[in-house]
Amino acid sequence: MAPADPVKPTGTDFVALLRSIGHDPFASAGPPPAERRGAEREVVHATTICALRFLDGVVMAGDRRATAGNFIAHRSMEKIYPADRHSGVAIAGAAGAAMEMVKLFQLQLEHYEKLEGTALSFEGKANTLAQMVRSNLPAAMQMGMVVVPLFAGFDLRRRKGRIFTYDFTGGRYEETDYQAEGSGGRDARTTIKLGWREGLDRTAAIELAIQALYEAADEDSATGGPDPIRGIYPMMATITADGFVEVPDVEVAERFAALIERKRSLAGSAEPTVPAPAVTTRGAKNK
Amino acid sequence: MSMPFYVSPEQVMNDKAQYARKGIARGRSLCALIYSGGILLAAENPSEVLHKISEIYDRIAFAGVGKYSEFDALRRAGVQFADVRGYQYSREDVDARSLANAYAQMMAHTFTNEMKPLEVEILVAEVGITTTEDQLFRITFDGVVLDEEHFSVLGGESDPIVERLKEGWQADLSLGDALRTARNALAGPDRTIEAATLEVAVLDRSNGRRAFRRLDGHQLVELLGE
Repeated sequence: MAPADPVKPTGTDFVALLRSIGHDPFASAGPPPAERRGAEREVVHATTICALRFLDGVVMAGDRRATAGNFIAHRSMEKIYPADRHSGVAIAGAAGAAMEMVKLFQLQLEHYEKLEGTALSFEGKANTLAQMVRSNLPAAMQMGMVVVPLFAGFDLRRRKGRIFTYDFTGGRYEETDYQAEGSGGRDARTTIKLGWREGLDRTAAIELAIQALYEAADEDSATGGPDPIRGIYPMMATITADGFVEVPDVEVAERFAALIERKRSLAGSAEPTVPAPAVTTRGAKNK
Repeated sequence: MSMPFYVSPEQVMNDKAQYARKGIARGRSLCALIYSGGILLAAENPSEVLHKISEIYDRIAFAGVGKYSEFDALRRAGVQFADVRGYQYSREDVDARSLANAYAQMMAHTFTNEMKPLEVEILVAEVGITTTEDQLFRITFDGVVLDEEHFSVLGGESDPIVERLKEGWQADLSLGDALRTARNALAGPDRTIEAATLEVAVLDRSNGRRAFRRLDGHQLVELLGE
């Protein structure tokens, strides 16, 4: 243990500190041999995540499914993490690399806060994550370990919720109102787009996120829907001036139940009916 | 070829120790004591931004007296040590004992090998799951580690403060009582210390993952019942 030199670049940079002791978290093993190309399809992937701004801050939500190729690798994966007290990070893409990135990001924010005695600005946090995504570029290019995080939280200086998205080269984009990423991101985004308006309250914002994930799971095979059999529901959190708070599983479960009930009554099948013979149905459609 | 004057090692060490003690005695003292909810650390410090007490890790706090630049460098090194260890292994594997040992090595090395010894005395405190697991390690300028029970006092004029704490400290103090005990011990019978010039932080067992919490002026006034 040597005294920390505040002037050195490792001053408050945790990744630089790790590199200085010979541990590079973003070290790349180089491109895989030609005959192994395509192996990236077997890597575990995390899928749909979204974030939207509401009156008091932001809501973040993510499904729980992780896939490896066409298999379900994990049914209860968590894709929303608190980055610090007033921000959260959601992950889509190669799960291993993404979780390592989240861990580093959390540590970096805390490391800075402890060394400097104050937390980084919201902009500073977003930039830090951009650098990490950028550092992961070799792994993304060579092994297909693409990580696409979503960073959202409550900016204590501007007193409002903010959302940042990234591309895998480290590009950082601020979204004004909402964003969704991952394989079901497109469907989730469209759903939010249709329902979003300025000044949503907490209830309405959570409801909208739930609809978005439902629609994503409905269209995208890699996105998990609500799983009442195992009691696994998408993970959601709100981030407001009071900090990062997970939405209780019970509340999420109730809302999904209500949503499914509404869908049923819209389809005119509130009462379970004897399914009509398949041929008849098809025939009716073709008329 | 010229030969340097011979100075006995004993003389060198004595001179260095005296120099370090003088430097440390220039500043105000600091004390830490175990109370029912965790560990309280209190220091007389007119500055609100140059802290003597800080967070190192989830359950570990750092306190230093003496030369600010020196103990702040030690604090930063401690944060780096703890964060790297927590990253490499797990958060549970970061403990005060190994940190105190690392500090002791570093400070002993500086004391023996450098021209100028460190003019600091530091404390590494760790709050456990229960009071019996709370730990206080005091490390002196020459790298001696002392495993302290119940309370610890840092600084030049520490003996009278230790005496007052021996009288005032008891098991399962409330936070308010612990704060009053600490303040009275630091002040002595002839003067009082204003809440505004006190720097106080606690390692609060019930504060979630990060136990460290600073108490600001309003909270201090409220706790002191003034």
